[in-house]
Amino acid sequence: MPADQPRLKMLGICKSYPAVVANSDVDLTVMPGEIHAVLGENGAGKSTLMKIIYGVTRPDAGEMLWDGRQVRVRSPAAARKLGIGMVFQHFALFETLTVAENISLALDERVTPALLGPRIRSVSEAYGLPVDPNRHVHGLSVGERQRVEIVRCLLQSPRLLIMDEPTSVLTPQAVLKLFESLRRLAAEGCSILYISHKLDEIQALCGKATVLRAGRVSGCVDPRRETSRSLAEMMIGKELPTCHMAPRAPGEVRLAIRKLTLSAADPYGTDLQNINLELRSGEVVGIAGVSGNGQQELLKALSGEVPLTTPAAVQLEGRDAGLLNAAERRGLGLCFVPEERLGRGAVPDLSLADNALLTGYVPESGMGMVRNGLIQASAVREFARRVIDRFNVKCGDETSHAGSLSGGNLQKYIVGRETLLTPKVMVVAQPTWGVDVGASMLIRQAIIDLRDQGVAVLVVSEELDELFMMSDRIAVLADGRLSRAVPIAEASVDQIGLWMSGNFDADAIVADQGAGNHA
Amino acid sequence: MSPEHLLIPFLASTAGAATPLILAAMGELVTERSGVLNLGVEGMMLVGAVAGFAVTLSTGHSSLGLLAAMLAGMATALIFAFLVLTLQANQVATGLALTLFGVGLSAFAGRGYAGQTIQPLPHLSFPLLSDIPFLGPLLFRFDALVYLALLLALAVSWMLNRTRLGLIIRAIGESPQSAHAIGYPVIALRYCSVLFGGALAGLAGAYLPMVLTPMWVEGMTAGRGWIALALVVFATWKPRGVVLGAYLFGGVTVLQFHAQGFGLEIPSEFLSMLPYLATIFVLVLISRNPQTILLNKPMSLGQSFRADQ
Amino acid sequence: MLRLEARPAPSRAMMFASPLIAAAAMLLTGSLLFSFLGQEPLHAFYVYFIKPASTAYGVGELLLKATPLILCGVGLALGFRASVWNIGADGQLTIGAIAGGCVALYFREVDAAWVLPLMLVAGALGGMAWAAIPALLRTRYNTNEILVSLMLVYVAYLLLSYLVHGPLRDPHGFNFPQSRMFQEAALLPLLVEGLRTNVAFILSLVLTAGAWFFCSRSFIGYRMQVSGMAPAAAAYAGFSEKRNVWLAFLISGATAGLAGVGEVAGPIGQLQPSVSPGYGFAAIIVAYVGRLHPLGVLLASLLMSLLYIGGESAQMELQIPSAITGLFQGLLLFYLLAADLFIHYRFKPAMPVLHAVPTTD
Repeated sequence: MPADQPRLKMLGICKSYPAVVANSDVDLTVMPGEIHAVLGENGAGKSTLMKIIYGVTRPDAGEMLWDGRQVRVRSPAAARKLGIGMVFQHFALFETLTVAENISLALDERVTPALLGPRIRSVSEAYGLPVDPNRHVHGLSVGERQRVEIVRCLLQSPRLLIMDEPTSVLTPQAVLKLFESLRRLAAEGCSILYISHKLDEIQALCGKATVLRAGRVSGCVDPRRETSRSLAEMMIGKELPTCHMAPRAPGEVRLAIRKLTLSAADPYGTDLQNINLELRSGEVVGIAGVSGNGQQELLKALSGEVPLTTPAAVQLEGRDAGLLNAAERRGLGLCFVPEERLGRGAVPDLSLADNALLTGYVPESGMGMVRNGLIQASAVREFARRVIDRFNVKCGDETSHAGSLSGGNLQKYIVGRETLLTPKVMVVAQPTWGVDVGASMLIRQAIIDLRDQGVAVLVVSEELDELFMMSDRIAVLADGRLSRAVPIAEASVDQIGLWMSGNFDADAIVADQGAGNHA
Repeated sequence: MSPEHLLIPFLASTAGAATPLILAAMGELVTERSGVLNLGVEGMMLVGAVAGFAVTLSTGHSSLGLLAAMLAGMATALIFAFLVLTLQANQVATGLALTLFGVGLSAFAGRGYAGQTIQPLPHLSFPLLSDIPFLGPLLFRFDALVYLALLLALAVSWMLNRTRLGLIIRAIGESPQSAHAIGYPVIALRYCSVLFGGALAGLAGAYLPMVLTPMWVEGMTAGRGWIALALVVFATWKPRGVVLGAYLFGGVTVLQFHAQGFGLEIPSEFLSMLPYLATIFVLVLISRNPQTILLNKPMSLGQSFRADQ
Repeated sequence: MLRLEARPAPSRAMMFASPLIAAAAMLLTGSLLFSFLGQEPLHAFYVYFIKPASTAYGVGELLLKATPLILCGVGLALGFRASVWNIGADGQLTIGAIAGGCVALYFREVDAAWVLPLMLVAGALGGMAWAAIPALLRTRYNTNEILVSLMLVYVAYLLLSYLVHGPLRDPHGFNFPQSRMFQEAALLPLLVEGLRTNVAFILSLVLTAGAWFFCSRSFIGYRMQVSGMAPAAAAYAGFSEKRNVWLAFLISGATAGLAGVGEVAGPIGQLQPSVSPGYGFAAIIVAYVGRLHPLGVLLASLLMSLLYIGGESAQMELQIPSAITGLFQGLLLFYLLAADLFIHYRFKPAMPVLHAVPTTD
């Protein structure tokens, strides 16, 4: 086999879904031992392309060459037979099974889980990815789960490893460790396809990058020779927009969390331990942390979806709100944008107008959507139209079903709805998760504008960049515990990263070394 | 009468009442472990019952009757599977439809069989063992299906916990998305488990007109399919719990026929209510702690799954 | 070759068309079945589906049988919209009949206008009380309401059986298991002389209109709908799940109870060992075929009622067993569920294969 023979070549790949064209005439060439980035913003078609390579999805048109030979991959098993392994963004793991059982399910050879143990240990040690084969997956942290997925691939000695957005679940320090493992793997000749929308990571790791924009290839470059700006331009067609945030003195305490301790309702959830935080009028406090460290539980405890037993654990404007349900807390001026948009923040099979009523019914909002127990349809429609106009929501009109909107537009609608309900306290979870760059900036700016109007804003996000962009203070949630909140000017990515791994004492070390400048 | 004369028939008929429950519940258990909720057990049992009775009556071979019952159960299960797995219909609604359909179909197909009788399945007789005093009639004089049901429970338990097939079934019951992503044919596997459930429900149904009361009566399952569904919950989706529960329920069910012997002077209607009330009672008992259900229920139970291609 | 693809938004046209397609498919299957049974299909079709409703008396019967279906169906539809699975309406109907019947029998000497309203109230309360059991167990102990409500159907049947065999048996009834005949004041007035349709039908129309208003205009109706469509969104909005379950059960229990009184104070006129040929179960089909919409329930009830009286007519004239009614009911729901696929999906031609290449499987 000639040395310059590409390991994988994709030619003219097309794939469309009813509402979108996910891939249009996409070409991709990966050489042996190359770490090749596929870069693109949310919705650019990266995941679809990877699913096609791994045989989960079939393309409408196009061909695939493996070691120069034309192949059609009909199933993941066929992909694995060729030597392709994939680490999914949303892991394909089974919580109720052990690590060994999970791995045995994805191996095409028939090995009993018990016999796999030693092999799992040796591979995981060789690549610096420690996992215990006998533990159940539900007891593992998100980072450990990712290691299980990688080890699962490595056991089959892959010749191409696909990693779909692997770093969103990792702390900054863990990202560096992952990169080491990947480099070691590449040095042994394994090709790596690295899917990401994070420019700095790609510049640090990859020797080649194929950039996708709206389903098409917009460039194929060596990222180390590009600037962030040129990459961003290839990715979104223009410079990365930024949002504007002027310093501002915070006002009185609007939301106080005091000694909040809560055991999770979900048997595989995270218990909250002694959480304390004060949120003031006119400030944004960001809560960083890898998902699965108690974010869901904290948000539900704040919103009132999970009732508390201690009145003072959550206080809204000085009033004990712990025993109040979600409707009553809304009455006190709390608005909330949840992480799941479809099915929680909005009902997919209802119109946008009916979805305005979902939270707009609260009498205290003064919208007059419900009178004497009857729905005031004109008030509801009028409010929905206002949200659509003000937040530039792309949709038919207010009678369109929520489920028919793109993720970014629906998120704009939900953020807009909560914003126009004149909150005193606004809680936003993962504001831009899966949202394209344009909508992301609009949403972030809307949140900052709220803060400028004197609203107290709490943002829970996995994206550190985003939190550094829009927070006045930042805290970290790890293992169900919340760090203290530090002013953003005093926070560093390294320190926050250490906190994210649950090591809240780490800042003392940093301080000793003279790097920290907190009081 | 001596207590022995009361107790042996009571315990013996308990096994008879428990057997169809074990069969039907074991089938439903496998179906549910793969993530599919089939509320049509009652309907599949009725169709199996009438098919088993009709074929036995016309051929004179009860083995053919049992085979026909299983095939009939599978045929109705196939309708259900097609609707919920291929056409993505709501599992609860489709299960109810299957029950209503089974009630109608069996009444229609069984219209000519009222009043006719067949030879019930023979009771086995084991040399020596069956003649042991007390234990002999208690343990060794049943029809083959009583033993088969117990063996089946063991086999299902072994399959689910010790084999790769069982691992795969548990996996698709937890997360069909993940199973699909790593390359398992989720829909095909779920078809198989629904059909397995149908075959056993058909067999369970046939047990009634072929053993318990050797004739066909419209609606003769009298809610046993629903009790089997409740048993699966009661057993927290574990085979051994099904066996235990089925024998408990069997005992409660046959109590009404032995109550007079035990000296209970209660109107028969109230005794007949017992299995239903007991079902409610154990359901409350087991679901009182929400964690018990959450931890044991197959996580994707009742949800539609469609592989995007 | 065709393959399925998801529609960008659910199709409203298919929402309305699907029950019609299902009804047409059921009629077609029916005709096939008739010819399979050795009947001349068109004639059998006529006898089954057209003739029963071709006389004034027949229409009266149609409305009479539709009444309990409308009552139960409207209540169930409201519950199903909220994803609360009350499948025990037949039990609630039975208890409603018992409660109403007890009032009639207790005041058997009274010939006053308040007896009938009191019976209706008692029936509704009886149905609600029976429905409150699964509601309580679900909200308090997290118990599956499908199984509990179904189990209670059998208990209700047995309770009725006990009563008519025992305490409520007509002392002059030659030991037949049935109560006394109700007095005039305890019977629902007929609408038109010569037909058996009674005022319960008017009541069912009023309730249908009320339910329609409730679903489309009231905020409680909206809350129940959200709870059914997206439980997490309901929790997020602050709608109580317990209240949702209670409301759904109490409403459907009350309407089923009314249906029970309508039967015993209407065509039956006394308590008998069985007061319903499974109306509470047929109402499940009615609710679905009626798209869980009160007006749809009204139409679906008429269709279902036609299946009942058509079955009787076919048995009398063609010696086709009336059990075929149940078969048709089941088929109707199957076809509806199948046709509903096209609300969310549509066919599209599969892409032609572009190149012949070796396949790895």
